[in-house]
Parts: sequence; C-alpha cells; structure tokens
Amino acid sequence: MCLAVPMKIVELKDMEAIVELGGVRRSVSLTLLTEDTLQVGDYVIVHAGFAIQKLDDDDARERLILLKEMLELA
Amino acid sequence: MKYLDEYRDPALAHRILDKIAEACGERSELAAIMEVCGTHTMSIARAGLRSLLGENLRLLSGPGCPVCVTPNDYLDRAIAIARQRDAIIATFGDMMKVPGSSSSLYQERGNGARIEMVYSPLDALKIAEQNPLNKVIFLGVGFETTAPTVAATLAKARADGVKNFFVLCGHKIVPPALFALVNDPELKLDGFLCPGHVSAIIGSRPYEFIARDYGLPCVIAGFEPLDILQGIWMILRQIIEKRGASVEIQYSRAVAAEGNPKAAAFMEKVFEPVDSIWRGLGKIPASGLAIKEEFGDWDAARVIQADVGETREPAGCICGMILRGVRLPMDCPLFRKTCTPENPVGACMVSSEGTCAAYYKYGNG
Ligand code: SF4
Repeated sequence: MCLAVPMKIVELKDMEAIVELGGVRRSVSLTLLTEDTLQVGDYVIVHAGFAIQKLDDDDARERLILLKEMLELA
Repeated sequence: MKYLDEYRDPALAHRILDKIAEACGERSELAAIMEVCGTHTMSIARAGLRSLLGENLRLLSGPGCPVCVTPNDYLDRAIAIARQRDAIIATFGDMMKVPGSSSSLYQERGNGARIEMVYSPLDALKIAEQNPLNKVIFLGVGFETTAPTVAATLAKARADGVKNFFVLCGHKIVPPALFALVNDPELKLDGFLCPGHVSAIIGSRPYEFIARDYGLPCVIAGFEPLDILQGIWMILRQIIEKRGASVEIQYSRAVAAEGNPKAAAFMEKVFEPVDSIWRGLGKIPASGLAIKEEFGDWDAARVIQADVGETREPAGCICGMILRGVRLPMDCPLFRKTCTPENPVGACMVSSEGTCAAYYKYGNG
C-alpha cells in the first residue's frame, strides 16, 4: 500500500500536475509539496493521487557514481 | 524509465551481491536483517533476492503491510457499515478480499452493498459529492505514506463543506511498532532495512533511537533491486566496521533527513496519536492515528453507529507470528493448501504486500 512510483511532471496548474510514466498520464494533487519549487520535467513520487516527494536528480546521479566507486574500492 | 531502469542493472546487482557475500564471510554468525516494509518484501521476492543472498544472511519480513496488521474488528466495523442502506464504502483495492470475522467486503458487494474501489482518497471525496444523499465512508488504512493523503482529503472536505464524506480511521505509524519489535525477546535482529516511502514523509530521525539505544544499524532504502542490495550492504558494513550503529539513507533521491514537513504538518493538523492494536504485535502505545475532535464531523467512528458482532481471527492462521518475523509462511500448515490468493484465510495472503502472498507468487524468494 506504500507502493509509490516516480512520475514525470508534464503539465503544471495550480495545485495539480499531470504526470507521466511509460506513456500513462494521470492528474495528481500537489497539496503535500511546496509547489513553487516544482517545474515541468521534474520527477515526483506519486502515491494515492498525491505527489508526496520531489526526486532529487543531482543526488540520484551522484549516488550511482558513488556506488560504482564504492564497488571498485571496497 | 528514469529512476527505475538504472536501479535494475543486473551486472551491478551481482557486484553488490559479491560484496555482500564477502562481508558475510568476515563474520562467523548469521546476520538477520528485517525488511520492515511490505513493498520491500514484494520487491525482494520478485527479484529472487533471498536465495541470491546466500545462507549467512537472513532477511525477515516485518509488520510493514498495513492491510495485514489491521485487526479484524476494523474490518468487521467496515462491513457492518457497508450493510447500512445509505452507505457507500470507498476503499483501496487491497482491503476487498481480506476475510473479516464472518465476511469480506468483496462478499458484501456480491450481496448488494455499495463498495467502490478507489485509487485515491480524493476519488472517494468525489463520490461523496456526486451522491449527496448517501454517506460515503473511506477506509483510511495505511502508514505515514498514506495518512497525509487522507489528512489532505479531510482538510479539503471541510474546506469544501462536504458533509456526507467520512473516514473510518485505521492509520498506523511505523516507529512505535519498531520499538515493540526491538523489545521482543523472541526476535534476534542485527539491523533494519527501513521503509523508503514512509521515510519520505517522516525522515530519518524517528529511527535514531534504534541505533542509539539498541545498537542496531538502520538503512532507509528504495525499492528497486539495487536499492535493496545496497541497503543490505550498508547495514553489513556498519556491523563489520563496528563504528557504532547509525541511521543511514540509501534512498536519498527521495528521502531527506527531515522528511516532508508539509505532509507531516497535514497529518498533525488532522490526526492525533492513539494506542492501537496490530495483528501479531498486540496493542502498541501511540502507534495509531485518530481523527482530532476538530474534524469529528468527518470521523466515521464518531458519527456512524454500527453493530459490530463478535470479532474472531481466522482459525489456524499464523499471520501474526509472520508479521513479527518469528515464523515464515512455509511454517503455516494452511499455506498453499487451504490458503491461496483466490481463497485467502488470512490478511497476509490477500494484500499485494503480504508476506504469504509474496512467497506464494514468487516462491521462497
Ligand atoms: S498462509 Fe494463509 S493462513 Fe497461513 S499465515 Fe499466511 S495468510 Fe494466514
């Protein structure tokens, strides 16, 4: 039930966004996020019709690089 | 797909598995790690990680399946309300087939009750607006991931003056259950893989007592195979390096130490902590959420009378012990025989996050 998926924002209007994953679009509420930090193209975690968190792109990229480095070193 | 495919890379997964095997080899004892969250249980089973991890590492499933830990009296109450003529029950699909003491919502729907499956509590609110002569009762079940969505919906119902929308609140919160687990003498654990999406809301601080007071490493992990493997590796490194247990965030692309303060504020506005009964774990202090008096007009427990008969748990089902991590589905004599996803005896076989359902669908993992 805590299943939640990363979806891309393709449209923003007030407290709502149209998000997309693999060609499927749906409308989600942005009530639980600080909406002025969001832009089209951002990814959010979607759960039960709400975006519950914004995904941090830089962090994701750095972490994967870091993981690969850790695997080399450790 | 972004944020998914790159965390499913098999070559990288195998390299982490090698590291995990190496780390396990450095210890003589077996390490037992609990994956608290049902969504983790499902991902682990789907990717077959349990068998890949080898014999020195045991992954135990925990109580992180909201439907599974919801005791029967909640369901019996929902069913009693469903039988009322003007009631429409709106629920996440997972609750439909859970066997209550004498019936299930699915069965009640077959008998003519109006029960709608919804994807979002907002859909339930819409049903209420479209059916002003009915009472629409949303079954609020779920942890901190879900509770803010229900809180925001209740706030909207109040703001929009929707008077025929109610929530039967069965929400629970995770940290008090972990407190109960670390104090369970039957359970010997070496670390926790903490739930990613619960933590997206509450952050990492609520787990700190586990590391500090009980010396157990906690890693908040994402749900893709690489996330989970890296999370396990991080726990093992904490154990081996003996640098003192701490709470680490593997899933940092979605989890900040402070969580999502706006979502947490919604929860706080609408709900207050209450003692709550968990299937398998019993009554845990301040582990449930109740609707605050301010929102009492939308609280099904206060407003809607229901005649709930005697509550019984299903005979022979050991779901409770499985939720505590002290038994496996294979230990249940009913598993795969009388109890299957089509004909579930207990909640753990119904929910898409239930341990019995995961073992049934994907084998022993
Ligand atoms: S297999 Fe069925 S009866 Fe046995 S513990 Fe799991 S849900 Fe309960």
